[in-house]
Amino acid sequence: MTIKLRYFAWVRERVGKPEEDVEIPAGVATVGELMAWLAGRGEEYAHAFENPKVIRVAIDRNHVQPGAPVRAASEIAFFPPMTGG
Amino acid sequence: MAMNAKSTVLLQREPFDVAVEAAKLSRGRADVGAVVTFTGICRGDEAGEPIAALTLEHYPGMAEAEIERHVAEAIGRWPLAGVTVIHRYGRIEPGEDIVMVVTASAHRQAAFAAAEFLMDYLKTRAPFWKQVEKASGKTITKTWVDAKATDDAAAERWRTPRRKQAVE
Repeated sequence: MTIKLRYFAWVRERVGKPEEDVEIPAGVATVGELMAWLAGRGEEYAHAFENPKVIRVAIDRNHVQPGAPVRAASEIAFFPPMTGG
Repeated sequence: MAMNAKSTVLLQREPFDVAVEAAKLSRGRADVGAVVTFTGICRGDEAGEPIAALTLEHYPGMAEAEIERHVAEAIGRWPLAGVTVIHRYGRIEPGEDIVMVVTASAHRQAAFAAAEFLMDYLKTRAPFWKQVEKASGKTITKTWVDAKATDDAAAERWRTPRRKQAVE
């Protein structure tokens, strides 16, 4: 399954790109598992996802928890805790 | 009873005019007795050091949707006549406005509470990230602002569901 991944703020800087379409292996079921899998894709991903507890995730523009299923997602975004306002 | 609330959410690079936005919520109607405005402004220092600017990154599409969800929640919780939220993005220098929230209601309690609720949620749930730019001679350094636990606590206190506040 191909999903559009988007990265913001220092997650984007560490990964080195703002977005990409990624083929997700069938064994990756949840957002937490997806972060663990991404961390294994190379040095820059390992750096970006070294502390997955601090990374926030949105599926199709809604905040989700690490246990959320990735199956029906068309866009998944990863970013640090928000600092707007 | 729910009022027919007018809501506007805008994300823009350009500055805004709080007075103009506030007037839009009360002009031509006699049921608005209170308008509260909040403006968040870029300070000239961060942790005691002078800064050159802030740059705000956002997630287009989600930022609007997330703010609109909280505006809808505020309208469900308090009897509001109108809500306007404008959040800027891009490079913002000290003294410039970053964000504004205007709430209008028949009475002040709902307007104050809804404005505070919206700001507390904006800070912790709306996908924006601030980067601080500091200049030392010709060297420019950019660092991401860390989220504050106090902001999380401020948003958390609104989580207990409660009924729409009674209006005096």
